[in-house]
Amino acid sequence: MTAVDVVSLLGGRFPRVSPRASADFPAINVSAEDLPAVMRVLRDECGYDLLTDVSGVDWGMDAEPRFGVIYHLHSIAGNAYLRVATLCSVGEPPSVPSMVSLWPSADWHERETYDFFGIRFEGHPDLRRILMWDGYPHFPLRKEFPLAGVETVLPDEEVAAETGVKVQPAPMAGGPFVAPQEDTVREREPRAKDESWNERRPKPEN
Amino acid sequence: MVSANNDFTYNSKIEGDVIVTKADAVVNWIRSHSMWPMPMGLACCAIELMASGAARHDISRFGAEVMRFSPRQSDVMIVSGTVTYKMATAVRRIYDQMAAPKWVIAMGACASSGGMYRSYSVLQGVDRIVPVDVYVSGCPPRPEALLDAIIKLQGKVAKEPALGKLFKA
Repeated sequence: MTAVDVVSLLGGRFPRVSPRASADFPAINVSAEDLPAVMRVLRDECGYDLLTDVSGVDWGMDAEPRFGVIYHLHSIAGNAYLRVATLCSVGEPPSVPSMVSLWPSADWHERETYDFFGIRFEGHPDLRRILMWDGYPHFPLRKEFPLAGVETVLPDEEVAAETGVKVQPAPMAGGPFVAPQEDTVREREPRAKDESWNERRPKPEN
Repeated sequence: MVSANNDFTYNSKIEGDVIVTKADAVVNWIRSHSMWPMPMGLACCAIELMASGAARHDISRFGAEVMRFSPRQSDVMIVSGTVTYKMATAVRRIYDQMAAPKWVIAMGACASSGGMYRSYSVLQGVDRIVPVDVYVSGCPPRPEALLDAIIKLQGKVAKEPALGKLFKA
């Protein structure tokens, strides 16, 4: 079932559904208002009975709307994937309807997306952070958040008081540390992209 | 023929087997040969920690096979794996619950320095939160490296003035 098939099947009911460019499997664009109805049709009439993934996208600081959500559906009987992309509401916090009522697996996926992007899922039964601790003041996967992090307090006040330790930005000497995807295995140890400077030797000016 | 009794100090037949030594040596010998770990298995290094406990490497040759997941009767906390900030508070809490004397082995690159995770969520070295005695390099270290760390720690414990510190924290 290609994206064109899906769009034609959704037919005249949802005129705003459009095919989306994709390198692997079919993908469609859906507006946030149509999302619950479209997803219900996809689940009940197209056989996409498994929601495998929910993830957020930050399209950049000046994009409008800035945030989007991507859903990956899988049809177990048809062995087919479908990618559904939508854009969140404009404003802060961005929001999008929750899919927990259709697929229970959306629960933790949406909590994770909320945790990292701050996207609110309207109708989610328990929208708490899932990986970072409660009370963490930032959304780490937003574009303006540095990879090294920003200084905040430890999640546990007692331990913070006893050790005097804070959450500090990681030293990014020439980072990010990535594994080069060539050469032999022994050469693929993760390393800084720019090894000309580190904490002891400042970055050369040129 | 009766021989003269010329035992003037110590007769093992009469007094039984006694060994004279220093209290420090005894206490440190006992401590260093019963290093019960508090396994802090947080990531892949924990698999190597389990391998150290398994038959081939057999950590019990060093008296360190008693891995109960409780701080109550452990001597050495082996932090094996990536310590995130969220977990760091739990690591510190469990370290506080361990009875003194206690030691810490930072196993692997992540526990020693944050490893390759230079990111917002990872504690850059567990020594920021607990005092570390032995660092083990490697990603992951082989079980032999962990056994080497335990031997190193035994050497360190053997040199401690144990009796003088017996009633101090």
